[in-house]
Amino acid sequence: MISYDSVQELADKATKKGKPISALVLADQALQMERSQQDLIEEMNKSLQVMAEAASKGINSGSKSASGLSGGDALKMKQAIHAGQSLGGMVLSETLAKALAIAEVNACMGRIVAAPTAGSCGIIPAVLLTLKEAYDLTEEQVVMSLFTAAGLGMVIAKKASISGAEGGCQAECGSAAAMAAAAAVELMGGTPQMCAHACAIAIKSVLGLVCDPVAGLVEVPCVKRNASGAANALIAAEMALAGIESVIPVDEVIAAMKDIGDAMPKTLKETAEGGLADTPTAKKMAREIFR
Amino acid sequence: MNVFDIIGPIMVGPSSSHTAGAVRIGKIARAVSGGQPAMVTIELYGSFAQTYKGHGTDKAIIAGLLGMAPDDERIKDSLELARDLGMAFKFKKSGNKAVHPNTALIAAVDSQGKKTIVQGSSVGGGRIMVNRINEINVKFNGEYYTLLVPHHDTPGMIAAVTNLLADQGINIAEMNMYRSQRGGEAMMVIETDQAINEELVSLIEAVNSVKKAVLIKPIY
Ligand code: SF4
Repeated sequence: MISYDSVQELADKATKKGKPISALVLADQALQMERSQQDLIEEMNKSLQVMAEAASKGINSGSKSASGLSGGDALKMKQAIHAGQSLGGMVLSETLAKALAIAEVNACMGRIVAAPTAGSCGIIPAVLLTLKEAYDLTEEQVVMSLFTAAGLGMVIAKKASISGAEGGCQAECGSAAAMAAAAAVELMGGTPQMCAHACAIAIKSVLGLVCDPVAGLVEVPCVKRNASGAANALIAAEMALAGIESVIPVDEVIAAMKDIGDAMPKTLKETAEGGLADTPTAKKMAREIFR
Repeated sequence: MNVFDIIGPIMVGPSSSHTAGAVRIGKIARAVSGGQPAMVTIELYGSFAQTYKGHGTDKAIIAGLLGMAPDDERIKDSLELARDLGMAFKFKKSGNKAVHPNTALIAAVDSQGKKTIVQGSSVGGGRIMVNRINEINVKFNGEYYTLLVPHHDTPGMIAAVTNLLADQGINIAEMNMYRSQRGGEAMMVIETDQAINEELVSLIEAVNSVKKAVLIKPIY
């Protein structure tokens, strides 16, 4: 049985067994849930299908959300890609487009997979689906990498938080990026220890990020934070795959995220009373929406 | 917690607490009132009241009342659907700050004019807590098979009902007793590990002093 108290412990166990983290998590979860591994793989595969549907739906839709605060950005990104305007290369541009697309589908009451939350639902699928296309990975490989993402997410949820209301956006988009980074490393053939470093690097980059949604709606800045979260995941994965290590060990990074989340004032934890939500423009928009 | 709490659930956006949780509160109200009501009045509190339009909380509660699950793509069209299906609805915002910030109080009236009140709060991650049924304050989350047994507060009630469950090999996960006052109206809330069938519900309804038994199937 795995206790999900430490990412390092997960990585060490995997290294010792010579297996990827996903294999350990899958075997453990099958035991704990008293279900077959095949059964869990099938259920995870369903989520992957919903993720892919949301990505392709969102990228072409261009429609606005009920509040009018978001919508249409994924389409712009796609058009820019088609016009050959990619600055950071196709993998990055495609990742951004998918993250925006899925977050927009969420804002428009479409079907998504909370990963780990609805607000951050675009990050993990954007990274993994883009890598799948770019490097011809199989569906099975991507499904397995979701178990790595989930395993690390369980540690973060247990030792810190994955909710914006509890820990700020670092806990939501930061955790999603960390999970995506680790999954990406595993998908691209990195070691379990590299997964742990990627997780740490991604979180470190957004420590202190507050949750300040305009009008309390999961749209501004959330949709774009999905894009930057996905980019953060790619950056962290790329560094980790190059052998770059996090100086602060991953579990200590997670503990730091918790401390920072606890110290964050309530006005910056989803209450829409501070940060961007408290700007003159945001307040004006909120008044118009809720008039 | 398991992997599907982290990668999952599959749901309709935008917010697990304001949308998925709201669908579930509506679903419980449907079960307690015994099917689709003819008319509902929904009072929203706290952030539900402030942001319901942007989060689609209104559509979500109505969708739940129509029997939809949180991943149903028809949720965004539920208000029109309700009109087509003949369920009238009205929303009210409440300024009462004493209750949990994400709370809805649903008053449902069926075609015979019978009124049922269900109040529930969305407590995060799409999970809910039901905190009032009619005039009685309760506490359950809809994760289990849940039996509501309103009855007159008399001695021996618990034994009579739990014996019936034991006879069918049904294990009680949690059980609570709530009452308005001694010797007055009371409610037993029993959550079980195994499925409960309609036959057992009728047996419980036949117990003296029991007014009715309502079965709520798990909503997760
Ligand atoms: S700002 Fe808040 S609501 Fe928006 S994605 Fe971040 S944590 Fe979620």
